[in-house]
Amino acid sequence: MTLQGGGAVLEMRAISKAFPGVVALDGVDFHLRAGEVHVLLGENGAGKSTLMKILSGAYGRDAGEIVLDGQPVIISSPRDAQVLGIATMYQELSLVPQLTVAENILLGHEPARAGVINRAKLRESARRALQDVGLDVDPDRRVDRLGIAEQQMVEVAKALFRRARVLVMDEPTSALTAREIQRLFDVIRRVTASGVAVVYISHRMRELAEIGTRVTVLRDGRAVGTFPLSDISFDALIRLMANREVRDHFPRRRRAPGNELLRLEHLSAVSGVHDVSLTVRQGEIVGLAGLLGAGRTELARVVFGADPSSGGRVLMHGREITPKTPRDAIAAGIGLLPEDRKRQGLVLALSVCENIGLPSLARWSRLGIVSDRREWAAAERWVTDLRIKTPSVAERVVRLSGGTQQKVVLARWLAADARLLVMDEPTRGVDVGAKVEIYELMNRLTDAGAGILMISSELPEVLGMSDRIYVMRHGRIQAELDATAATEERVLQAALGLAS
Amino acid sequence: MTPWLKRAGRRFGTVAGLIGLCLLLWALTPHFLTIANALNVMEQTAINAIVAVGMTYVIIAGGIDLSVGSLVAFSGVTLAAALKAGWPAAGAVAVALTVGALSGFVNGAVISFGRLPPFIMTLGMMSVARGAALLFTDGRPISGFGAGFRSIATGRVLGVPAPIVLTLVIYGVAHVGLSRTRFGRYVYGIGGNEEATRLSGVAVRFHKTMVYVVSGVASAVAAVLLTARLNTAQPIAGIMYELDAIAATVIGGTSLSGGEGTLAGTLIGALTMAVLRNGLNLLGVSSFLQQLVIGVVIIVAVLVDLMIKERRA
Repeated sequence: MTLQGGGAVLEMRAISKAFPGVVALDGVDFHLRAGEVHVLLGENGAGKSTLMKILSGAYGRDAGEIVLDGQPVIISSPRDAQVLGIATMYQELSLVPQLTVAENILLGHEPARAGVINRAKLRESARRALQDVGLDVDPDRRVDRLGIAEQQMVEVAKALFRRARVLVMDEPTSALTAREIQRLFDVIRRVTASGVAVVYISHRMRELAEIGTRVTVLRDGRAVGTFPLSDISFDALIRLMANREVRDHFPRRRRAPGNELLRLEHLSAVSGVHDVSLTVRQGEIVGLAGLLGAGRTELARVVFGADPSSGGRVLMHGREITPKTPRDAIAAGIGLLPEDRKRQGLVLALSVCENIGLPSLARWSRLGIVSDRREWAAAERWVTDLRIKTPSVAERVVRLSGGTQQKVVLARWLAADARLLVMDEPTRGVDVGAKVEIYELMNRLTDAGAGILMISSELPEVLGMSDRIYVMRHGRIQAELDATAATEERVLQAALGLAS
Repeated sequence: MTPWLKRAGRRFGTVAGLIGLCLLLWALTPHFLTIANALNVMEQTAINAIVAVGMTYVIIAGGIDLSVGSLVAFSGVTLAAALKAGWPAAGAVAVALTVGALSGFVNGAVISFGRLPPFIMTLGMMSVARGAALLFTDGRPISGFGAGFRSIATGRVLGVPAPIVLTLVIYGVAHVGLSRTRFGRYVYGIGGNEEATRLSGVAVRFHKTMVYVVSGVASAVAAVLLTARLNTAQPIAGIMYELDAIAATVIGGTSLSGGEGTLAGTLIGALTMAVLRNGLNLLGVSSFLQQLVIGVVIIVAVLVDLMIKERRA
């Protein structure tokens, strides 16, 4: 392996990538040197993952080039990336849990004669690979018997065995304890000392300072700058990450809020919600900000009765309703627009009408027989009212666009008389035009006295559409902010746990 | 109405297959297209068609029921025992339907509340119910019933054999149940996307349980018909019925992954299998070869159906 001193081992030049309705990357330059730990920093949606997915061959790029050791290379599949020595470790591990450590490390490269694996050689090669990362585990242990930290190190060993020269680690420490993090850092130091370059994505600022060499900040699909970590302060980094887009894009009509609608008192759940108390009033949009994994979706599911709570109370109109099932929540006037529409929101094979009707059929039927007339009439009404673009209410929702599908889910809850809507990433996967329409609908709903609890990972959306903001971190409410006075910096600081 | 046309179009392949098969057999043998034979075919198909009603509910809901054949035997022998004990026909039939419903309930409850895969639970029930039937009868058939009871299979309604009338009535009721009721809608919802249906406030576990109750009851109805026709109840009756019912259902266009399918399709599927058997018999094809041909037809029918669906999608 040739080490090129301080020169770039990998260069991504002017990389651009657009998805329908969004420019994810706009001419990003990214230079990686041998032996460094290069941190990629940015808000959710800034383009970090997209950039790394292009590097690992999971996405194609629209423009730009990738240069490895001065040679332009083509990476059009994960296999291409692997052959070039670029290994990516995602948050979900990619080991086969039922196989042993050795079998995993050498998967696809088993030493064999006539198809029969030479177990002694297999074990020996694995042992050497483990030594290279300084991991002392028995190569014959099943991977599912190892802790997450050890599994991660096995992944590093597996990548190095495949002669990886660039290791991409996406939030590698999110599931680790402080001691495990130190062990992982030891491994990272060891592999970088041998010339491997590491791209490190994490939101944990303190860790970055400890392990990182340089940092590149992405914002709205552009690289804002690359700095040695020793030269730059956290505050400066946060200012760089924060997006200063004008808020006028968000047509929020703020109004004086009415009576209290939803109140959570010390709500907890084993899924990762700790002692959360908050309120939503009529006519109010309350934003829930935080990083991925901060417990926002988990909170939404508990409020809606989709997951059990382990303590605390949920009140609607001052009356305790703490739901055990979604039915309880719906009966109390709560509706959920889930994060993953296709898996949790819609029955794709059913029609617009049938999807809208699901929670309301009891009201439209007699002796169990559904009145087609009443169901269609209600569906037609909401399709017209929300301007849902569908050829007919009988169209299967699988054929509709993301924004239109989102409106179908919304129509379902309006038809079911929901007074409080929990919206988990309401504009994810929705094109720009439909986004504005959804914001407009949120205004109309709150004008009519509904309350909205909105989870969003897009800070401009949270600041632009909310009246009040709660910031979550590690399953707890970290801060409550008035939206008109809040800034991206304040929200980010709270989300990162740096609030003063 | 366009959705109706679209659905008819999706089923067109199956209908065309059935018509083509009939035309072919008409050309090959003079005995095929007679009223007597047509009624015969429909009578033959009644039992499989009725079992397949329950199977269609289960498969649309994303499950599978392998226990139907054993439930036919189990509810059949309880029916026969009740008749032998001097119960009136209506009471004995009620016993059989209750046995079917309870067995289906056990299937459904363990699958829904115990989260056991339907394949495993109903495979177990297949053996349990068969064993129960054998224990209950000590392995011997129970035969010889009154003419009143047997008229369920031998009688005629306005000149049409009673089993055909019974089948059509059951399909009529079951079709309304599937297409017009809340329960039916939830069956599609659960099979299409269980989580989304649950998050819409539907009591998913309850309705999933009821789907297996429907299947158990359908098996019991088939047992009544079978017992009346043969004038005997065998603890070894109904072997392989599950496969015939699954075949009728999937030939009829119901997706094994759930969320899609119709009872009209299943009826056509059951008829296709009966016509094929009947035709092969009329042509004097050996039963060994018949078995083979039917297997090939099932595979080809579903393959063609898949290809048509893919092209449309």
